[in-house]
Amino acid sequence: MTSVVTMDFIAARYLDEALDAKAERPDAELLAGGTDLMVDVNLAHHRPACVVSLRRIDDLRGTNGTHIGAGTTWATLERSPHTALAQAARTVGSPQIRAAGTIGGNIGTASPAGDGLPWIAAVDAEIVVRSTARGERSIPWSEFFTGVKQTSLEPDEVITGVAVPPDAPADQEFAKVGVRNAMVISTVSCVVARGDDGYRVALGSVAPTPIRAVRAEAMINGESTISDSALDEFARIVADEVRPIDDHRSTAAYRRHASGVLARRLLERLSR
Amino acid sequence: MNVTIRVNGQPREVAVDLPVSLLTVLREDVGLPGTKDACEQGECGSCTVLMDDQLVCSCLVMAADADGAEVTTVEGIGGDDGLHPIQEAMLATGAVQCGFCTPGFVVAGARLLEENPNPSELEIREALAGNVCRCTGYGSILRAFDRLREAES
Repeated sequence: MTSVVTMDFIAARYLDEALDAKAERPDAELLAGGTDLMVDVNLAHHRPACVVSLRRIDDLRGTNGTHIGAGTTWATLERSPHTALAQAARTVGSPQIRAAGTIGGNIGTASPAGDGLPWIAAVDAEIVVRSTARGERSIPWSEFFTGVKQTSLEPDEVITGVAVPPDAPADQEFAKVGVRNAMVISTVSCVVARGDDGYRVALGSVAPTPIRAVRAEAMINGESTISDSALDEFARIVADEVRPIDDHRSTAAYRRHASGVLARRLLERLSR
Repeated sequence: MNVTIRVNGQPREVAVDLPVSLLTVLREDVGLPGTKDACEQGECGSCTVLMDDQLVCSCLVMAADADGAEVTTVEGIGGDDGLHPIQEAMLATGAVQCGFCTPGFVVAGARLLEENPNPSELEIREALAGNVCRCTGYGSILRAFDRLREAES
């Protein structure tokens, strides 16, 4: 008998439907905007045995000041009240990609270059996930992202959203560096935010996961004024703290340099 | 599984067993080869279509997930009475070289004009940022929009 490769496809309409499908088929792959999964299908000839589509689930799109639904697209996030997230959303891909791609997909894929991830790290957001067996849990971002495209999401769980702390810093700026303005995967991305506890610095594409430059934060928060020499020292520490690699998009040395430049630029923007 | 997709106003039922893209189904099963297949990773925009009123790369839509969707391809952009104004303008300015990117630019351009009938050059460049012309014929594509603006005024 010839074996025929088939794919089970579940177009979930409600979150419970998706969770039940995941409970029954932990091998099922989640499909949101398709901007990552379909690249794997098209170019790597990836053949998922089972796919659960999430795009019809209205419950994943609800957004308020402290919660962002996982199914929220970049096009919607371009108008987010969280300044740095809106700025990041506007730099993702192209209009076509922003209409399809979601923040939940960005989190689930967990690419070091995910443009939404430095913002999540900067505001100390938690990733909200759910399963039929254990219900809902919120995972601090630093525990959620465990490596390059690795997360602590369990096979039966679905990412439902991002929990933003009510005291998240309101002043925040995002910038990224790439080879051109549009349609580019970040070489370095950075968010600097200013809250009641001082400045925070988060970076993407310079380590296996998004990171906070904690030594640079401690240094700048110990300064009484942001002088030029303090900015220089801040940039130097940021460049020293990142852990970039050489790859086809850039060199570790350039990423290190650009990390310091971007963080300094954003800090200047916020402090003057 | 069988999926039904409304393509340019016509319901089309196709059988999809593998995780094929909407792009493949449009070209191979529905028989509409105007939507072009180039990068298959959402980088070039040559497969751009409207799906449920959103501008998307059809290579990144799993065909199974398009069940029940309303899709407009370049073949349906002009309607029954001829070419869309952006197609007329692109013809007039010679905005076509090898032609491979043209359907994507037409769909993205038509969508822009629908949302913003009088876009600035910056708005045009941003709206077309997901469409790549490897002949580098961007000047004449931008001039097609100028022509529409002049025709309006």
